[in-house]
Amino acid sequence: MAGDASKALSNDVLWGGGRSPFSISYGKMMMWFFLVSDALTFSGLLTAYGFVRHSTTEAWPIGEEVFRALPGLTGSYPLVYVALMTAILIFSSVTMVLAVEAGHRMDKKGVIKWLFLTVLGGAFFVGSQAWEWSHFIHGGGGYITTNAGVKYWVHNDTHDTHDPSNAPGFHLVQADPRHYLIPAEGAHHLDHAESLKLWSERANYVDGANMIHNEYGPPQYANFFFFITGFHGFHVFSGVIINLIVLIMVIQGVFHRRGHYEMVEKAGLYWHFVDLVWVFVFTFFYLL
Amino acid sequence: MERDDIIEYSLDAHHSEEEGRRIRRKIWMVTLFLAVVTTVEVTLGAYWKEWFDASAWNAIKWTYVVLTLVKATYIVMSFMHLGDERRNIRAIILLPYALFILYLVFIAIFESNYVHQIWVRFL
Repeated sequence: MAGDASKALSNDVLWGGGRSPFSISYGKMMMWFFLVSDALTFSGLLTAYGFVRHSTTEAWPIGEEVFRALPGLTGSYPLVYVALMTAILIFSSVTMVLAVEAGHRMDKKGVIKWLFLTVLGGAFFVGSQAWEWSHFIHGGGGYITTNAGVKYWVHNDTHDTHDPSNAPGFHLVQADPRHYLIPAEGAHHLDHAESLKLWSERANYVDGANMIHNEYGPPQYANFFFFITGFHGFHVFSGVIINLIVLIMVIQGVFHRRGHYEMVEKAGLYWHFVDLVWVFVFTFFYLL
Repeated sequence: MERDDIIEYSLDAHHSEEEGRRIRRKIWMVTLFLAVVTTVEVTLGAYWKEWFDASAWNAIKWTYVVLTLVKATYIVMSFMHLGDERRNIRAIILLPYALFILYLVFIAIFESNYVHQIWVRFL
């Protein structure tokens, strides 16, 4: 039995080819297809995060209480650092679109200038994320859980987390059971002797964050933080490398000889996508 | 290697000095808009507890979702130039994606509600 594949068809019923029905080059279309599939991956991750957060019966941490530190400063600056990272990434997206615009005018100098700023912004973002990971992993002092299941924040003057009970100013503060990060209603700073007694009777001591437990909330919270921001951070890192390679090719004049700067546009699509994903991560991980 | 049977679509994107000025002005306007929306989001996140009581959280949550979608639309349509492409390429990128994601979000919310109720009842 002959199938369609072996049957000779009249050319009148076939699309003759010769031009793209989309008026778009092959490379750009394939970049869009890749971005759609990559967007599905990120959507899957964020939806999984939403699923876990929505179904859990435990208290879930809130972004403005977890992320409120700035490098080199003490005190509380809720979301300021993340907002700064967002601003850097959006700004590097703007310089990228300006590089693409310069490419459309065959302005080689303009492309170099804006693409260089884009690479710089991306590198800044990756560095900021490294600091945030480091801060998230080291934590703010940690808490102990007593045999009765009560949680106490560990305080000391030097932020020593290896041997906190011997550090100066060591004392405990009872934590809100429904809410890891704030003190319990009417909780006071326990005195040194009482703190030492509770410390020696502790069931466990959780400090900072790793894949098994963390001081912010349920284990899945840190796991999703590492996976989602890590996967996004890896995209930014590879975007910086791609932009750097394109920048070197622009400086060498490869695209000027070719007669168009479409490679900048394709790298730009990827770079804007990275920015787009961050807009969603920012909302669903940090704000909500 | 020169091939005259291939249409070079990449050259369609070229524009003049004058069009460039207009496009750059549009880019900076979109930038300003995105910056303002992000500032509003962050300020709301940091201070909403001082301005509203806890019952406002649901409205703020939906405000965030809407503002995020608005930002995403501007990034995709303006920065990624999808708004300047033909309608059929716009459709084959956005429609299958939107269809799948709407279903995924719907099923995730529905199922997570159910799982939550089961855990509350049996844990």
